[in-house]
Amino acid sequence: MRASIGALACLLSTALLSGGVHARDNWPTPPATDLQRPQVSGPLQGGTADHTKFEELRGPFSSGPEVTKACLDCHTETGGHFMRNIHWTWSYTNPDTGQQLGKRYLINNFCTNARGNEGMCAQCHAGYGWKDESFDFSDETNIDCLVCHETTGTYYKTPNSLGSPACSVMFEGKPPIDLAAVAQSVELPQRANCGACHFNGGGGDNVKHGDLSSALKSPPRTLDVHMGVDGLNFACTACHITNRHVWAGSRYRVVSKDTEGTGKPGQRTDVATCESCHGLAPHPVDSLARFKLNDHVQSIACQTCHIPEFARGGVATVVDWDWRTAGRTRNGEGYHEEGYIQANGDHRYTYKSIKGNFTYDENLVPRYAWFDGQMLYTTIDTRFDPQAESIEINGFTGSREDARSRIWPFKRMQTWQPYDKGNGTLVYTHLWGEDDAAYWGNYDMAAAIEKGMADFGLDYSGDYGFIQTISWWPITHMVAPKEQALACGDCHAPTGSRLASVEGVYMPGRDHNRWLDIIGTLLVAGILGGILIHGLIRFFSPKNASAGEHH
Amino acid sequence: MATHRVKIFSLFERFWHWTQMLLIFVLVITGFGLHGFHHVFSFQDAVTLHTAAALSLLLLWAFSVFWLFTTRSWRHFIPTASGMWGVLRFYSYGIFKGERHPYRKAYWRKHNPLQALAYLMLKIVLFPAIWVTGLAYMFYFAWRDMPHATQWLNGIAEVHTAAAFLILAFVFIHVYMLTTGHSFRDHLMPMITGFDEVDLSPEEEAYLRTDQPADIR
Repeated sequence: MRASIGALACLLSTALLSGGVHARDNWPTPPATDLQRPQVSGPLQGGTADHTKFEELRGPFSSGPEVTKACLDCHTETGGHFMRNIHWTWSYTNPDTGQQLGKRYLINNFCTNARGNEGMCAQCHAGYGWKDESFDFSDETNIDCLVCHETTGTYYKTPNSLGSPACSVMFEGKPPIDLAAVAQSVELPQRANCGACHFNGGGGDNVKHGDLSSALKSPPRTLDVHMGVDGLNFACTACHITNRHVWAGSRYRVVSKDTEGTGKPGQRTDVATCESCHGLAPHPVDSLARFKLNDHVQSIACQTCHIPEFARGGVATVVDWDWRTAGRTRNGEGYHEEGYIQANGDHRYTYKSIKGNFTYDENLVPRYAWFDGQMLYTTIDTRFDPQAESIEINGFTGSREDARSRIWPFKRMQTWQPYDKGNGTLVYTHLWGEDDAAYWGNYDMAAAIEKGMADFGLDYSGDYGFIQTISWWPITHMVAPKEQALACGDCHAPTGSRLASVEGVYMPGRDHNRWLDIIGTLLVAGILGGILIHGLIRFFSPKNASAGEHH
Repeated sequence: MATHRVKIFSLFERFWHWTQMLLIFVLVITGFGLHGFHHVFSFQDAVTLHTAAALSLLLLWAFSVFWLFTTRSWRHFIPTASGMWGVLRFYSYGIFKGERHPYRKAYWRKHNPLQALAYLMLKIVLFPAIWVTGLAYMFYFAWRDMPHATQWLNGIAEVHTAAAFLILAFVFIHVYMLTTGHSFRDHLMPMITGFDEVDLSPEEEAYLRTDQPADIR
């Protein structure tokens, strides 16, 4: 009873304070249709605490973990929650395939492997100090709250270990971080927070994904209809819904076809699919074409039509990487060359001694294929034919016959990278370290692989080569405004169809039976010819004069 | 027996014929566009026009079937061999000699045997083939999860296309036929005014003069 009186008093005061017509509209409770508003990338909306006023955050702080302790003093359960998520564990076991995935273990076809190189790579671990296997994953004060939550833009991370002197110079001379100011600035993560790592995957801006670049920090609506600062200004977490520091949306296990849609109001906060907001019939049925478009949802991922091109907005992505040319030096030192100017005017490296050659591209038309959401990784444990022409880092399955599959857009990444020629496996390369084997600084691939494999007790034949690898990146960001979406004729066309290579389906306009068309054309042409001949004979018949006579 | 000008095509029949002509014209143009033979329309516009015309035609056909059976006009289309040979001989030989068309329209038999058979085949074979496959095609997404749906769609699309070619062929012959026997205009006018020369028995004439004087001139 007391609780209900309290609630009533609360409602009354709310009504009185807000006043006017609006108050009557919201009486006695807010309408059920008032859906949760998506998280925008900006100052906290409707929060109840101002972190700049917290005693605990006055500082001074001498290290990141000290800030974390202050955070956890109030957010008592957050450490436990956080340590379960992939930003912390870098580990994921696919429940369907049983494959051990996660950045901690995987090999990609960019910088190849984080494993053994954590001193460098774990700059993007949401924690402090992971430089080798001794890192304590159970110490919650090692969590880095700031990298995701600070909003001053002055916070940065440096490698967790020194590395070769040739490399560590890159990180020298940065201004000191005012940890107290940074700690007081915390908000819900903005695009720039997530982007600090996710826009720079693969070792540089947009190198890896193609659809995630620094252009999305403050994108115009034309680059991304959801994130546009002149539009909805969504934060990443508007779609990557978060519950207890676990995020929706996974590249290891993609929801290729959401069959549930929005659910009831307030539901569906567990997926990052388009359908979870837009529903299963996303196009308003005000025309026949829209009716057909809603049908297409069964076969075509939203992204296929609504992301006509990726690596837009002026930032290029790497589409081809060649490790075979890595290791060239000038006067015994590594160097790099700029050879590509992207649309925003920035120069990009096309050669680095530490990594080899890169090929860039932008405004790319994706590859399209049936995709059931299941990625099959070539891991360090996978054996393959060493003579193979190429290896798929993450192959995927999907077909027209599979009910979960839809046609998805992909970025195709192609790389020549080191592998164990004798055993037919990929290799862990020891890139980062203070020792003489670390490739970055010493440029000895044989020694780097030898150590990279030995450090983890892996079987290595001692004979390495380079193999062509391909990785596939489902494209899902940089959703263009609807007026830029693909038109029907972009796919339903006899030549130049976007889906020219997609098999297993008959597509009107793209497909036809050649023989039927030939026979049909001959038939119609034959009829016309017959008519012509018949008419000519009539015309020249001697008794033509009476042929048209009325009886 | 005497020849009279009699109303053999009612207002509905004429409306049916010309609306059907217009819709088939739209369907043929947009359909072959969708098939990739030309690019007069965008795919989306072609689909919209094609589907709208197809649904309109189905509605028209629903009325026409009702009309055919309630007015007993379906009997005009009962196939018969009687007189067929004469008509075939005329089109392949006699016409060049300037012979008269052997067929005389009767009040309850307004099409010659070849015509009746051609129209009947159109009604019971080609049209059903194209609208049944057309509907299946349009509602593909309602049955796409059935086994072998892709193969079925492939077959349906081929039947649809084949029927379209045959209907186009029919249209050409149909129009050409207007130039034979009578003049083009004489063939065309009945479908506009409704009146044509028909052989009437004295009983038919008496009936019309008494009960439907407006239908006989």
